[in-house]
Amino acid sequence: MIKLTDLYKSYEMGENTVVALNHISLSIEAKEFVAIVGPSGSGKSTLMNIIGCLDIPTSGSYILDGKEISTYNENMLAEFRNQKIGFIFQRFNLLNKLTALENVELPLVYMGVSAKNRKVRALEAIRSVGLESRMYHRPMELSGGQQQRVAFARALVTKPPVILADEPTGNLDSKTGVEVLNLLKELHDQGNTIVLITHDMNIAKKAKRVISLMDGEIISDEEVVPNEV
Amino acid sequence: MKFSQALKMAFSSILSNKMRSFLTMLGIIIGISSVIILIGIGEGTKKDVADSISTMGTNLITINITGGREVTVTTAELTALKSQPGIKEIAPTIASAVTAKLGNQNTTTSIESSLPSYSEIRNVTAQYGRFITQDDVDNRYRVAVVGTDVLDTLSKGTPYDSFVNQTITLNGTAFTIVGILETKGSTTAGSTDNRIIIPISTAQRLLRNKSIRTFYVEAQSPDMVNTAVATLNTFMLSKSNNQANTFRVFNQSDLLTTQTAAADSLTTMLAGVAAISLLVGGIGIMNIMLVTVTERTREIGIRKAIGAKRRDILIQFLIEAITISGIGGFLGVSIGILGGNLYSKFMTKTVVIQPNIVLLAFVFAATVGIIFGLYPANKASRLRPIDALRYE
Repeated sequence: MIKLTDLYKSYEMGENTVVALNHISLSIEAKEFVAIVGPSGSGKSTLMNIIGCLDIPTSGSYILDGKEISTYNENMLAEFRNQKIGFIFQRFNLLNKLTALENVELPLVYMGVSAKNRKVRALEAIRSVGLESRMYHRPMELSGGQQQRVAFARALVTKPPVILADEPTGNLDSKTGVEVLNLLKELHDQGNTIVLITHDMNIAKKAKRVISLMDGEIISDEEVVPNEV
Repeated sequence: MKFSQALKMAFSSILSNKMRSFLTMLGIIIGISSVIILIGIGEGTKKDVADSISTMGTNLITINITGGREVTVTTAELTALKSQPGIKEIAPTIASAVTAKLGNQNTTTSIESSLPSYSEIRNVTAQYGRFITQDDVDNRYRVAVVGTDVLDTLSKGTPYDSFVNQTITLNGTAFTIVGILETKGSTTAGSTDNRIIIPISTAQRLLRNKSIRTFYVEAQSPDMVNTAVATLNTFMLSKSNNQANTFRVFNQSDLLTTQTAAADSLTTMLAGVAAISLLVGGIGIMNIMLVTVTERTREIGIRKAIGAKRRDILIQFLIEAITISGIGGFLGVSIGILGGNLYSKFMTKTVVIQPNIVLLAFVFAATVGIIFGLYPANKASRLRPIDALRYE
């Protein structure tokens, strides 16, 4: 599903060149539940941006769902993101002016789905996260956990092959955090490919496989036996 | 993304910040309405000028003798000019202030004495009775054709036609009223209704004055005006020992051209002022759109992350700008038309609102929206999603 080969990413910071990812190779199969863990500055955000098609590598190859995307331009990346990636952000990143349902519909708007179809699919997605009773509320009227569930519905509505969750519990209390992690697990059980990015090893252990990053390099990549937190 | 969806998004964004959207529109509203009102006033002035000049008669050439008594022309000499190139009709006049008395009322007015040709040249006709005739001139009949202002002053409220065949006394001499002049109203040249027309031969006797100081000439056609002017100049030079400064020949079309040009430059100036205010309105839109883009950086980042292309963002912001300027333009047009009508009603001025100016103003408003919306929209569309998502 995801295949990174000799991936290198560097940034120009004034006179200095900062290496964010130093020749990383990695592959993630379909239906895997992988956590990428590392402290800040380890390069995990850069890796997430590249996996999420928000950025392209300086060199190396990235094959997502059979397509080499390291040479894609901005528009092709936008289209690919829309179809292949479901984003779940730490800060939910919902549009406050839109209702929960409209937020869930938004990826379909950019996909060019007709209004009638959008509604049907958005309803289905919002039902799958158990929020149909709150779907006409705006994000500000929802709790953090509910907002994150709207974000889940938005990520799921396009039925993307990969769900990318960036610190999904970071802005939640521990109880709601557990709920959200359980939801991720549930999605995995339903056959979704999930990539979870976090700095917290305890959360990472919820996944089936943990990849640790440090200074732009992979320091460990191991299968874990999930233990209950 | 479909256009209707983009339009819906633009509307909801505009409605979510009503006060700001309205203030942004205000620049366009004021710009457009002032364009329409000011051009309307300019065009109205132009129409007034053209109307007032055309009431004085077309193809008209006026000759004023400004020199001393040694420069004289006679009715016979002038009548002879009719056979000269370019000239169709000629009407010598002697004008003077007189005291007119009707019954026991009297007033000071002016007499304008001339020949029957005056009627055609000056576009003056009798609404009741008749104009003076050649017979009146030949026999020095004491007949008068009276303007309606004179009658209103002397006997307010009496129907004009009842004055025909009554006697009016001018400087102590009794005249028979044979006709009542058509009411022309006031023009920029003053009222043409406050006067009495009598035969020139009668006037020469009444006023004991034979000298003609002004005469009017009608050219054969508008194209022949210049030929007629040349003929008249030659004639007047011969009568004044080549003293060109003792007379003036001027024609109505020159006056029309000059005054229309003056009114045109007024219109242009007013339009310029209005266009500047429209430009300021456009800059207002750009300013607000730039603020909006900065404010909504995160929104742009989110939209891009979930699949919005550059074009989608560009169209979204551009449509917002065009919608603001379009609604502003529509309100501006409405207020402009309303304001123009109110101005013309309460200030009793002519205001001409041309549909093409209204259309032009509206198109200009939409264009302003596109031009000044393009830069902010482009800026928004160029934001990189990872930077925009990180924006606080």
